[in-house]
Amino acid sequence: MLDREQVRKVALLARLQITPEEEAKLALDLGNILDYIRQLNELDTQAVPPTNRALETVNVSRPDQLSICDQREAILQAGPAVEGDFFRVPKIL
Amino acid sequence: MAKIRKLHQQLIAKDRTAVELTQDYLDRIAALEPQVHAFLRVNGEAALAQARQVDAQIAAGEPIGPLAGIPLALKDNLCTQGIRTTCGSRMLADFVPAYESTVTQKLKAAGAVFLGKTNMDEFAMGSSTETSAFGPTANPWSLDRVPGGSSGGSAAAVAAAECVAALGSDTGGSIRQPASFCGIVGLKPTYGLVSRFGLVAFASSLDQIGPLTNSVEDAALVLGAIAGHDPRDGTSIPEPVPDYTQALVPDLKGMRIGIIQETLGTGLDPQVAQAMETVWRQLQDLGAEVLELSCPRFRYGLPTYYILAPAEASANLARYDGVKYGLRDQTCTNLMDMYQRTRAEGFGAEVKRRIMLGTYTLSAGYYDAYYLKAQKVRTLIKEDFHQAFAQVDALVCPTAPTTAFPAGSKSADPLSMYLSDLMTIPANLAGLPALSLPCGFDDQGLPIGLQVIGNVLREDLVFRVAYAYEQATPWHQRPSPLS
Repeated sequence: MLDREQVRKVALLARLQITPEEEAKLALDLGNILDYIRQLNELDTQAVPPTNRALETVNVSRPDQLSICDQREAILQAGPAVEGDFFRVPKIL
Repeated sequence: MAKIRKLHQQLIAKDRTAVELTQDYLDRIAALEPQVHAFLRVNGEAALAQARQVDAQIAAGEPIGPLAGIPLALKDNLCTQGIRTTCGSRMLADFVPAYESTVTQKLKAAGAVFLGKTNMDEFAMGSSTETSAFGPTANPWSLDRVPGGSSGGSAAAVAAAECVAALGSDTGGSIRQPASFCGIVGLKPTYGLVSRFGLVAFASSLDQIGPLTNSVEDAALVLGAIAGHDPRDGTSIPEPVPDYTQALVPDLKGMRIGIIQETLGTGLDPQVAQAMETVWRQLQDLGAEVLELSCPRFRYGLPTYYILAPAEASANLARYDGVKYGLRDQTCTNLMDMYQRTRAEGFGAEVKRRIMLGTYTLSAGYYDAYYLKAQKVRTLIKEDFHQAFAQVDALVCPTAPTTAFPAGSKSADPLSMYLSDLMTIPANLAGLPALSLPCGFDDQGLPIGLQVIGNVLREDLVFRVAYAYEQATPWHQRPSPLS
């Protein structure tokens, strides 16, 4: 089981506001899942290279060509708070 | 005869129009949705407009492809331009994409008709479609059972004959496990065969899009339409797409098939185990040489996945910050508050749990013990498959350890829910094509699924094994009580 302090720290890193009830449940659930995951330590992986993705693709590139995106209005419309050509956010400074 | 080909012939013979066909499915949806809830949104007018275009082509004597005028359903994590795409989440409840996913562009170009968007576990995280923010979907075989997940809406829609075929996505079994629970065919293609452009990302090293259909031939036809290189997906494989229907041969002469020993042990429902014994004999009768093979690290797939997938998800879902699209908490007074409250309101419990798990395993001090360890075990699992495919052309095992479980029975214990993906996850980790098809029924009349796994880009061999088995057995002919 994780302690409540650890859960609060991770929630802050994940930018999630959690209630005291969620905190208790997460401490228990994450603890159980991590206990289950620890069975991987049965395997010796000292000399094993890691796999990043199922099939490795390396240095995928394409010509650096200009293309037009004509979705400006639609993209702005999807914003939860828009003013002119900007996305509004609460005061930062 | 497979459903798509039969309907195609009716359309070109002018026995019925695409509009009539589409209307039939819209009527079925209207009648069945109160019980099934497979759809989050039905776009009847748009569907009929697509159908009218196909009818005009037929009337003008123009040739049409096999998918033209065929009514399909789309999982609601595929971006559809101008049509809400929610991912089963409050976070995206009002999100209208400004662009179209590659797979839906391809299907549109093929003349397919889109009936609507299907229900799913929130952000594709779940195995029962119960984590959807918009209510669960019922299994058409037994309404008090789950349809599986996360593509449970797509699977239920196909099984209830609310559409001819559907698209889903599969990160750890999200196409195959619901296909198994709903008694239909579901394919997760080779990683990189189908473009993910426009698929809302969950775990990018694992996600693939694939078809859910009534038959193996239908799956081959739909895959043929959506596969292929796409410069807008950097993991897309630059290989030509073969005609998969050429692989549909009704025997297995000269083929070697391996049964994965480790999947037959403890934890397997005895009725599923019994079905597998029958499968063994049936494959031999079809001319295959069948041998038992060991993939000793197969069972480590599940714990490996529950490190890698939540870690990738925690990064992918960081984009839901309330700034550019999706939900924003309106009560916040500063930026940090906005992030934290928006994400608290927008995400459900399972998504939060996985974001937390992924953030934890990636956080300072834990990276080597969890994430790096899992990446190394992933290499070992790939090695097991590599060795297996040196000996056989395809592998078979159950798709899921059980048949569809009762709604609500696993919701309180996340780990018990995760275990239902035990058999499907290894193929995602290794990037292999894997298909589920019906191979029997339990004493409750619930379908059992057989999984066929192939080597990289050997969809042809997966289709051949599945097709020969399907043609030799009666399971696919039994309709669900609602269909």
